[in-house]
Amino acid sequence: MITFENVSKRYLTKQALSDVNVSIPEGKIIGLVGSNGSGKSTFMKMIAGLVSPSEGKVMIDQESVSRRTANKVAFLSELDAYYSFFSVKETIHFFATQFQDFDIEKAHDIIDFMDIDVNQKVKHLSKGNRGRLKIALTLAREVPIILMDEPLSGLDPMVRDSIVKGLLSYIDLEKQTVIITTHEVTEIEPLLETVIAIRNGKVLALEDVETIRERDRMRIVEWLKKLYQEEA
Amino acid sequence: MGEEFNPSKPIYLQLVDRISWEIIKGERKTGEKLPSVREMAIQSGVNPNTVSRTYNELERMEIVETKRGQGTFVTEQKEKLVELREQLKINHIQNFIEEMKQMGFSSEDMIEGIRTYVTNEKGNQS
Repeated sequence: MITFENVSKRYLTKQALSDVNVSIPEGKIIGLVGSNGSGKSTFMKMIAGLVSPSEGKVMIDQESVSRRTANKVAFLSELDAYYSFFSVKETIHFFATQFQDFDIEKAHDIIDFMDIDVNQKVKHLSKGNRGRLKIALTLAREVPIILMDEPLSGLDPMVRDSIVKGLLSYIDLEKQTVIITTHEVTEIEPLLETVIAIRNGKVLALEDVETIRERDRMRIVEWLKKLYQEEA
Repeated sequence: MGEEFNPSKPIYLQLVDRISWEIIKGERKTGEKLPSVREMAIQSGVNPNTVSRTYNELERMEIVETKRGQGTFVTEQKEKLVELREQLKINHIQNFIEEMKQMGFSSEDMIEGIRTYVTNEKGNQS
């Protein structure tokens, strides 16, 4: 379980998170939603241990986030993080040397499923296939927490579909929790069990999506708009 | 990607409706195995936990049975499916009557309307 206790983060001129208190349930696919600059990426990076809080604590299973908890978290960032002169196969092997929990066979399975040629150089992959490769590298790690920052952004509908199907095929919610940020919320709404709404560095709500449908009769986007209006 | 869902009703119930409908129409036969939770999740682009909830609800309604280690199957108890069909009929009639009432039609208007419509349809077919 991931918990934020009174977490704030200040950058030089900007308050990225302010006094966040939230416990994130396990075994779910969770959407982290909010406008640009609301603090989503900072939130994710803190769980991965890539950014540390100015105040408060981020805990994974009652342990403060550190290099030691990093082996519980796979982080798919918005940026590309691999050597473009590697082939797909070499990239997989490189990742296997970096992470003890990396399952090479699973990585090859997913690459196969995504229909990517392992002998191609990463720099020659289309944007869509680079997106797919990133997903494969993330899902091939046997870790309890998977973080995906904008996994669908800038990709065409066919690629987005194969990423969603890959995700559904290769995660195990009995052992894993997935947190996704995306601007394509409506598109992946049926995939999400829970959403966390964030605005100006504050967590406004954590709610089950089925409850939003049943009680408020709304899509996530409409619900988020309503929360933003109430807050403003 | 996936399928369209109504934003004002829980998805697990929409899947219950859809699968019930498929069974009544004979697209899923008695005793037939349903896709595994994961397969169904992938096919419909829906969260696996939501699909589990759908299967639990169908099981509670006694329309499907889960056999340990084998999967989930459409029930072989025909009377349960007859019951389900009756239930769906009543639901449809309720919705129909509700909407007709909102438009200000009386029960007599509705019955008369249905009778005329059915007669005309028969006439057109022959």
